[in-house]
Amino acid sequence: MFPYLNLFGAAIAVSPLVILVAIWLGAALAERTSDRHGIPSETLYNLIFIALLAFILGGRLSYAAQYPSAFIADPVSLVSRNLGLFDPVGGAAIGLVAAAIYGQRKQLALWPTLDALTPALAVLLTAIPLANLASGEAFGAPSSLPWAIELWGQSRHPVQIYEALAAGLILWWLWPGRAKSQDPAGTNFLLFVAANAFSRLFFEGLRGSSALTVLNLRAAQLAAWVILAAALYGLLYLRRKSKTALRTRSI
Amino acid sequence: MNSLTEKQFLRLAGAVLLISAVWIAISAGLPGGTANPGIPAPQAGFQAPDFTLNTLDGSTITLSELHGQAVLVNVWASWCIPCRTEMPAMQAIYDQYASQGFTILAVNATSQDSASDAADFVNEYGFTFPILMDVDGAVSRLYQVSALPSSFFILPNGQIEEVVFGGPMAEALLRTRVERLLQGEE
Repeated sequence: MFPYLNLFGAAIAVSPLVILVAIWLGAALAERTSDRHGIPSETLYNLIFIALLAFILGGRLSYAAQYPSAFIADPVSLVSRNLGLFDPVGGAAIGLVAAAIYGQRKQLALWPTLDALTPALAVLLTAIPLANLASGEAFGAPSSLPWAIELWGQSRHPVQIYEALAAGLILWWLWPGRAKSQDPAGTNFLLFVAANAFSRLFFEGLRGSSALTVLNLRAAQLAAWVILAAALYGLLYLRRKSKTALRTRSI
Repeated sequence: MNSLTEKQFLRLAGAVLLISAVWIAISAGLPGGTANPGIPAPQAGFQAPDFTLNTLDGSTITLSELHGQAVLVNVWASWCIPCRTEMPAMQAIYDQYASQGFTILAVNATSQDSASDAADFVNEYGFTFPILMDVDGAVSRLYQVSALPSSFFILPNGQIEEVVFGGPMAEALLRTRVERLLQGEE
């Protein structure tokens, strides 16, 4: 665990730094390969930038809307650098809406755009467990395995490392250019979603910080199972649609 | 994907979903699925490690004796600019919420500071919350403090609700966190 880097007398949080670097690398990779999906790289760059900006502003405004009295008492806090004054779910929703509006204005087709964004998302999902490892969050369950790490008073599964390795493997599997050209648009994205949902579902079972629901079931696993099922159904839908299109064309 | 027939794809998808469902059921029985609040560790979800320190005015405070109160443990030093910046906001929050069962333990990292500089700073601003002197750095080590300021928001049951490394914390952040502590939210 190394939550802070002490550089030139300033303490720099490692976790957000890792995420920022991943966004930059992922966006660069996605831009380089977006032409293969028929999306101009500049358009993809703008899409990512607008979504990120909306995520940041939306996350802060959504948080302020939930605690209006705190911000009325101290309005300057609206522009505070504190990451704690942020609602990631609200920010993500606003970011998605902003991206959808931009995509509609630019008449971007949904599935090719999602395929083009897949490398960026894959890099980001590789970095998130590393950020968690740095901050000591999303830690593993107690374990006596030889590779267990000492964290928060016990030997634990290095679950953040498992998750990073799995996400790295998925990134390698779906690396731009590896997909077969006859696969219908959207296949790469849905494979990415299905693989990550399966990975999350599996490794969540080794976490020591899960939110539990009824019958001791882990909430994240249930959500991941639903996402996995939806992604598999989406893949089936795309297969059928592409086969029907092929048949129509050959007639 | 298109190399599989639809039947093969459906079988594969069904097997993946079935195996996943079985793993979810097995995971529910695995121990340690959620942070054990009984274990002391300086992390959200764990019991706040206990300590006893002398205050600037010579009295002694033990964290566990504050059980039942919402507590902010803030580790600081007088030379640390963000620490100095956030302290007036902490005082404002302390003034507002102390009567509702909230207290602040401002732990001066005296092993990295000077007791007289700390006292001068406290007297200059007239802070009224307890200032604890971590002379040998034991509490900084116990709480694995790697940056100043470091703040630990502790629920009335003694469990750490949130850790904030670095600062300065905005007044709105302090206010929302303290209100959550007092409501006993996890």
